[in-house]
Amino acid sequence: MTTAADGGDELRLELNGITKIYPSVIANEDVSLAVKRGEIHAVLGENGAGKSTLMKMIYGVAKPDAGEMKWEGEVVHVENPAHARSLGIGMVFQHFSLFETLNVVENVALALPGNPDLNKLAEQITEVSNRYGLPVDPQRLVHALSVGERQRVEIIRCLLQNPKLLIMDEPTSVLTPQAVRKLFDTLRQLAAEGCSILYISHKLDEIQELCHVATVLRDGKVTGDCIPAEETPKSMASLMIGKELPVPEHSVPGELGEVRLQLNRLSRVSDDPFGTDLQDIELEVRSGEILGIAGVSGNGQQELLYALSGEEPLNDADAIVICGKSSGRDQPDRRRSNGMGFVPEERLGRGAVPRMSLTENALLTAHQAGMLKHGMIQFDKIAAFARKCIADFNVKCGGEEHAANSLSGGNLQKFIMGREILLAPKLLVVAQPTWGVDVGAAAFIRQELIDLRSGGAAILVISEELEELFEISDRIAVIAEGRLSPAKQLADTNIDEIGVWMSGMWEQPAAGVAAHD
Amino acid sequence: MDASILSSILFATIVAGTPLIIVALGQLIAEKSGVLNLGAEGMMAMGAIAGFAITLHTGSPWLGVLAGMAAGALMASLFAIVVLTLMGNQVASGLALSILGVGLSAFIGKPYESEILPTVGAIRVPLLADIPIIGEPLFNQQALVYLSWVLFGTIVWFLYRSRPGLVLRAVGESPSSAHSIGYPVIRIRYLATIFGGAMAGVGGAFLSVFYTPLWVEGMVAGRGWIAIALVVFATWRPFRVMVGAYLFGGVMVVQLFVQGSGLGINIPSQFLSALPYLATIIVLVIISRDQNTVRLNAPVSLGQPYRPEA
Repeated sequence: MTTAADGGDELRLELNGITKIYPSVIANEDVSLAVKRGEIHAVLGENGAGKSTLMKMIYGVAKPDAGEMKWEGEVVHVENPAHARSLGIGMVFQHFSLFETLNVVENVALALPGNPDLNKLAEQITEVSNRYGLPVDPQRLVHALSVGERQRVEIIRCLLQNPKLLIMDEPTSVLTPQAVRKLFDTLRQLAAEGCSILYISHKLDEIQELCHVATVLRDGKVTGDCIPAEETPKSMASLMIGKELPVPEHSVPGELGEVRLQLNRLSRVSDDPFGTDLQDIELEVRSGEILGIAGVSGNGQQELLYALSGEEPLNDADAIVICGKSSGRDQPDRRRSNGMGFVPEERLGRGAVPRMSLTENALLTAHQAGMLKHGMIQFDKIAAFARKCIADFNVKCGGEEHAANSLSGGNLQKFIMGREILLAPKLLVVAQPTWGVDVGAAAFIRQELIDLRSGGAAILVISEELEELFEISDRIAVIAEGRLSPAKQLADTNIDEIGVWMSGMWEQPAAGVAAHD
Repeated sequence: MDASILSSILFATIVAGTPLIIVALGQLIAEKSGVLNLGAEGMMAMGAIAGFAITLHTGSPWLGVLAGMAAGALMASLFAIVVLTLMGNQVASGLALSILGVGLSAFIGKPYESEILPTVGAIRVPLLADIPIIGEPLFNQQALVYLSWVLFGTIVWFLYRSRPGLVLRAVGESPSSAHSIGYPVIRIRYLATIFGGAMAGVGGAFLSVFYTPLWVEGMVAGRGWIAIALVVFATWRPFRVMVGAYLFGGVMVVQLFVQGSGLGINIPSQFLSALPYLATIIVLVIISRDQNTVRLNAPVSLGQPYRPEA
């Protein structure tokens, strides 16, 4: 474990009693923290704990309602991001603030003061990218870059301003494990040169590996400061969520049953010019197993999900076989009546209609389960169904008549998952089951998926969280650039191998993987 | 067809295309910032009457053009307050602005309906104007025709070579990202919208002061709408806007020529009058089919209100 660089006693940033109140919620209450020179300081907390709001205030995107901020010993009021940058504060956003139709140099130029010469700037970008191991071509358009490359552009953009404090908001959520290691090397190099880093994350292992100090937030308040190296993940988790982290039990898979989903050389040219074309995707999911598909976002996951759900039917009926029926050309409702359930990544707008009540949202996919009589809605039945869903899946809400958008992300996800599971699907296709969901709800949802597969359902999970896939899958495959790798039994692979595969290299001999370690 | 007819058709084409270029390039700038102002027709009408009235009273066509510019800018400011400060719906507000401008200009213009302005002389570029066929059309033109070319060059340079142009494109693509790196999104959108209105006013004044030169109610005759369509079908690229505008002007002139000379073809005149609109849209639809160029040039946030986080 590293320690703060020399001269680390000098305080760079100090927050005292920062409070930010939004109309419906207190985002931050009396938050104080101090960051030293050359220190990598973690801000740890669940989704909605107020981490992002706090960083926005430091960066001048939002203004605190109370409290003071000291920068190098002096009280400052950061008026806007340009002011923050002039102080020496840089920020890499979780959802990147890049412009897709502009090239890398233009994107960088937009964040620099004055009117930099684009040719000289391109040279500077190349120089910085070489120095910190962040390869990127300055002339490429951003829309053509992978997510990892985009993040590099954001980091380079900050580094060109010679920041004294770099704020990283959930930087690893979009990276392969190998890219995460590279990023950590870059961050350590920066810290050693004296740059302070505020590192926001909810991933305990990363914080233990990288950070010198951690401040933990829960419900907008500081629940503790700690030195991650001296803590266990358990103790940090209890600071973060107020209880111990539940771990799903993964029972050994039983006898596999019939093939419930089969993809036969599924190919599709994306309608979206910036999308990914699917090429010859083949897979099989049997009753009683969970197949996980890993991959860095933007490698064809969206296109595959649209093809599977039936929102974009294919020309070739045989490319998708659901429970023995050729379904490639079927609309979503036909696929559902064949026994498929589907949980999309976007909860509001695709998984649920935001302004409709939970009852009405339940009806949307459950209407084939005896909720209609002569075409009329059986409101008592559907309300009972919604109530059962709320009770069985521990959904915290005001009642089944409340609108979907009044629920928190985690609770709505539990409701949607419950709605599909209660319909007893033979096949369930799930995208990002725990995206943006707090740790407790995530563990619950994962357990439900495992229980469903133990009950004989076939489940296909597409996720960008590798830890999640390793927790719940029986077999795992990787999607990269629209192609799907062969699926491996979980016991026969490891995070490193899957990580290499995520960059599209599964056709190389296994020796390459071994050499990597 | 002899050379002098060809030359005069070219000449008239360029004159007819000029107001569209000016208006459409103004719209292009507004739309690149993410603001969709459907009020071009109304702003042009207000520019036309303001330009006509001031020229008549002062005798100076240039004061008339300035007045047209001011009228268009004023109308656009009104629109900007509604959609940028009050977060009104851009489509509905733009339609209302069109209706308001057309109606208000007719009301203000009532006393001017029987007036006629003296024709403004052309500026002849020595030597160049003597080139056969293209010399007259290109180099013996109204000052505003030359200015429309300057405008074109300036806008190309501004959008693709200057930093403010880069910022403008950034704001139109992602106002939230632009805000998060510290650009005043609303202020930039105000400026772009007002510029668009000013150019629409100049385009209107060109019609009433240089082109006809008289005032008739409804004289803008859908050119504002064509300008808006031009921008979209030209996939927000200045060069294609210019090509489209001259195409429109060309078909307009040719059909007038056919109507006037008779040429022995028996086509209903209504159909001929619709031809420029039809031809322009068909050609531009065909060249804008490529989804990739649309995605790369269209301002992503077009028409969406943006409220910066406090």
